[in-house]
Amino acid sequence: MAEAVDLKAIGTRPIRPDGVDKVTGRANFGADMTLPGMVHAKVLRSPYAHARIKNVDLSKALEMDGVFAAICGRDLPEEGANDLSINILARDKALYHGHAVAAVAARTPALAEQALDLIEVDYEELHPVLSIDDAIADGATLVNENMYTNGDRSQPPSNVAAKQKFERGDVEKGFAEADVVVEESYRVPTAHQGYIEPHACIATINEAGRATVWCCTQGQFDVRSMTAGVLNKKVSDIKVIPSEIGGGFGGKTTIYLEPVAVKLSEISGRPVKMVMNREEVFRATGPTSATLCRIKVGAKNDGTITAATAWLAYEAGAFPGAPVGPGCMSVLAPYNLENLLIEGLDVVVNKPKVAAYRAPGAPQSMHAMECTIDEVARKIGMDPIDLRLKNAADEGTVAPYGPRFPAIGLVECLKAAREHPNYLSEKGEGVGRGVAVGFWFNIGMQSSAEVRIAENGAVTIMEGSPDIGGSRASMCLMAAETLGVSYETINAHVGDTEATGFCNVTGGSRTTFATGLAVVQACEDIIAQCKERAALTWDLDVDQVDWEDGKAVPKPGVNADVQPLSLADIARSAGRTGGPLLGRASLNAQGPGASFSVNWTDVTLDRDTGKVDVLAFTAVQDAGRAIHPAYVEGQMQGGAVQGLGWALNEEYIYDQKGVMENAGFLDYRVPVASDMPMIECQIVEVPNPSHPYGVRGVGETPIVAPLAATSNAVRDVLGYRINDLPLSPPRVLASLDESN
Amino acid sequence: MAKVVFPDHLLTHTNGERELNIECNSFRSLVRALDAKWPGIEDVLSKTAVAIDGQIYQDAWLERIGPNSEVFFMQRIEGG
Repeated sequence: MAEAVDLKAIGTRPIRPDGVDKVTGRANFGADMTLPGMVHAKVLRSPYAHARIKNVDLSKALEMDGVFAAICGRDLPEEGANDLSINILARDKALYHGHAVAAVAARTPALAEQALDLIEVDYEELHPVLSIDDAIADGATLVNENMYTNGDRSQPPSNVAAKQKFERGDVEKGFAEADVVVEESYRVPTAHQGYIEPHACIATINEAGRATVWCCTQGQFDVRSMTAGVLNKKVSDIKVIPSEIGGGFGGKTTIYLEPVAVKLSEISGRPVKMVMNREEVFRATGPTSATLCRIKVGAKNDGTITAATAWLAYEAGAFPGAPVGPGCMSVLAPYNLENLLIEGLDVVVNKPKVAAYRAPGAPQSMHAMECTIDEVARKIGMDPIDLRLKNAADEGTVAPYGPRFPAIGLVECLKAAREHPNYLSEKGEGVGRGVAVGFWFNIGMQSSAEVRIAENGAVTIMEGSPDIGGSRASMCLMAAETLGVSYETINAHVGDTEATGFCNVTGGSRTTFATGLAVVQACEDIIAQCKERAALTWDLDVDQVDWEDGKAVPKPGVNADVQPLSLADIARSAGRTGGPLLGRASLNAQGPGASFSVNWTDVTLDRDTGKVDVLAFTAVQDAGRAIHPAYVEGQMQGGAVQGLGWALNEEYIYDQKGVMENAGFLDYRVPVASDMPMIECQIVEVPNPSHPYGVRGVGETPIVAPLAATSNAVRDVLGYRINDLPLSPPRVLASLDESN
Repeated sequence: MAKVVFPDHLLTHTNGERELNIECNSFRSLVRALDAKWPGIEDVLSKTAVAIDGQIYQDAWLERIGPNSEVFFMQRIEGG
């Protein structure tokens, strides 16, 4: 596709179409929906991290006045009894503390809570497996007695669901050629996406078996297919209406409540509303993996990396599916390496099933690698950016996972960082500075869009990608650019599963790229129709008509005494020329274009309290082309803050029985505005050749580098490295005490 | 002939063969050829991503493969 030039709308920073409703409180989020006659459902959760469920007796709860329905795992169809279904309602075992065991629908939330107390569950408590070390130890208790590594039943069952390996060259030879070798182990704790809006839904089902679900989600079509799968229904029997979404970050790409609400509605004959509280969100929804990573890097004194190995173990929670694959594929991605070996383990433990979290798997493994690279730079006395530049992947570099990179912007980001005034500035006394690189693949996948033109020329975009980061504004900007009309004449709507064409989930940094591509193509469909209408009006052939600056005009050299026709002119007379203007596109977008970033931060350390303060943070990232630069910067800033929180404070703290002890925002401390400096951003633009405007996804890469950048900065100010995160005051203070 | 490479987790379906050169002109013809060699692998490959000459495809069904193409099957990437 051609590189865009002379852009008018793209690159500007207009107000988002959904902004007024959001800042005035009019926007409807998951818990805002009500229906006449609705009842409220609550979930009974396991008090044990690992227990056999011998019996569930709902009878006393069902006898309670005001209770309309109660269900447990046996009430969900066996046909859909996969991990998703068993996570939604446990069957024969409770696999983590907080695992849903039963649910009750009652007249009020308080009555539903009371009814939960009447449900009798006969548990046999089992030993919980609470860490990677416990899970892979000889003779470990099995989370799932029927799980075999990579499905190989010739070996005994194991808590290691899968192993994978990537290798190239000869690592032993590479290490032998190195002047310095650094080998370290790093732990990153479980962290939650920390979205402000808890999961919520309301469901109703009619006598014909057709269900309607309102919910907050990153993908209404995925909710439809997953709910249908769990309930063994046809997708065409379920309509999903997405609300506005108060944060997701990957955590709302799966489901927890919707099939339960539909089932309870089916039994009770009433709409059923379910809203999680914060404690339930922490105890029972997917965080991301805790990890143990071992990295070994060898380098020559001139900075050439001669070999690298990575051993990466990821906690999956109670079901297989940790993001260890992308962790393996990203850990060495920024580097051009001849000799490498990467091994990854997907390890089940008695904790909540992990879910996607912004660049799933990459922050943990790249934290380990980028800390090790920092140590190599220190050992050979080389600037950390220069070391990375010396080994940086570029177009044509063979990625550690096999293929050659197409055009990528890592070198450009590193050079921009090296010349940035914030990097060139002297750090003050007692200030530590740390650098790290981030990477994410980005994805494309399926999207659809319709563009409808009103009789006054106003443009309505109908798309199916929930707006979690300002994507409506980006869609409107791309439509404005393509059609040649004003941004202010365009609005974008996110439709339900019956109002718009199929779109994959908003995730993987795909929406501006893939759904944006569909919007551009739908606009091109409109332009083609407008040219036909103008040709009809002017008695010309359609190939004699051009579209310039939002108007149909005769091509140069065509002898026609006519006035240009604007989109509004053509729309006004559309009834005479063939009916309303409606453009459509659906596609499976390919070539999303990987994104790289470089981050650095300056920190100070209070040696009396162990508290790290972030003085400055700068993010440089390749966005391909920034459609709405303010929202690209917003993604970079948001990702940086989430990464800083993970580096400095966020962690799940469990007791010895597997009970999370900090299931609330008072004790699970995410950063607040007063903790943060201004996150300064520099957008680098290396256009993605697979998109007409050069777009690359930008939403996930920003969370990857802050963990190691912070860790490296603390290393700089402390004088030695604390390998494990978070670098919270208790951990730093304990380390200081030990070192003293 | 296109060079085709399988990742570790697919080797159980290829009798341990990691790499081969194969005559094909499209992804569809490649998958058919692989399924003829290892019956049943088509279903497995339909659940993986693939990189053709460096470009990653979640679903490459319509893609062309050149005589000197490099084809790497790989785990599908999802995201948050």
